[in-house]
Amino acid sequence: MSTVNIETPRAPRSTGARRGVNLEKWGWIYMRASGVVLVVLIFGHLFVNLVAGEGVKAIDFAFVAGKWADPFWVVWDTALLWLALIHGANGMRTIVNDYASNALLRTIFKGALLVSTVALLTLGTLVIYTFEPCPVGAPAELLPSFCEAGRP
Amino acid sequence: MSEKSAGGLATAGRVNKYPLPRIRAPKAPAGTLYRGNTGMWSWVLHRITGVAIFFFLLVHILDTALVRVSPEAYNVVIESYKTPIMGLGELGLVVAIGFHALNGLRIILIDFWSVGPRYHKLMFVVVILLWVILLIGFTPRHLMHVFGG
Repeated sequence: MSTVNIETPRAPRSTGARRGVNLEKWGWIYMRASGVVLVVLIFGHLFVNLVAGEGVKAIDFAFVAGKWADPFWVVWDTALLWLALIHGANGMRTIVNDYASNALLRTIFKGALLVSTVALLTLGTLVIYTFEPCPVGAPAELLPSFCEAGRP
Repeated sequence: MSEKSAGGLATAGRVNKYPLPRIRAPKAPAGTLYRGNTGMWSWVLHRITGVAIFFFLLVHILDTALVRVSPEAYNVVIESYKTPIMGLGELGLVVAIGFHALNGLRIILIDFWSVGPRYHKLMFVVVILLWVILLIGFTPRHLMHVFGG
């Protein structure tokens, strides 16, 4: 008969499994580092879009075009997109790990999170950097005032 | 030797020299070190608000992407954000973001500030206070934007 080998209970964990980059640790650090920056970025975003001036009533295509005419808001919104979506997706990953007890389901949920995050980061970044504030043929009253200058 | 370890469990009729400690069961579910206290409720609220904000973020990236389709398409969708129901939804969003942000800073202080764990309950009270102050400032302003002429 084979003997069962029971390890000493207080023996340190094998060092083999601990080699390499500890991604869970970096995920933990990312949540805190991005969190601090997001507090500033999101409260700034909410103030400019919901509190200042006419608040939500002022938001339309011309409002967005006016903001993105300034590189400051382009950088602000790009940082917001990347930091917030990765922060959110990583938080959802934690929740999936906590509550989805079925291994297949876990893989499906986390795969869906990865796919949607990559798709939305790509889409959002392309939208910000290929934005056309004065599209040809659009009614002038929907466009920001600076579009008038280039028109005949 | 064995008297102590076996004592009290199956010794009916004999006077027990070593009675087991009496632990009274609570009549209603009661808080333990963690369960039912600020540690648990701040964690629960942090999760719920986080999930809500995440799903709003997905929608918000998609609706903003409509600026790349046409001014008309973006304006039509963004008009729905100005309706009374969505206006209340935006208030709910700020309620969620306000708590998640302030409690997130509290979590960071618990993790990195040397005396953070000692003051976690006090910091929870501060979080709630700042949250209420934030909402007292935001709510009337936003409701005036949404419902005002």
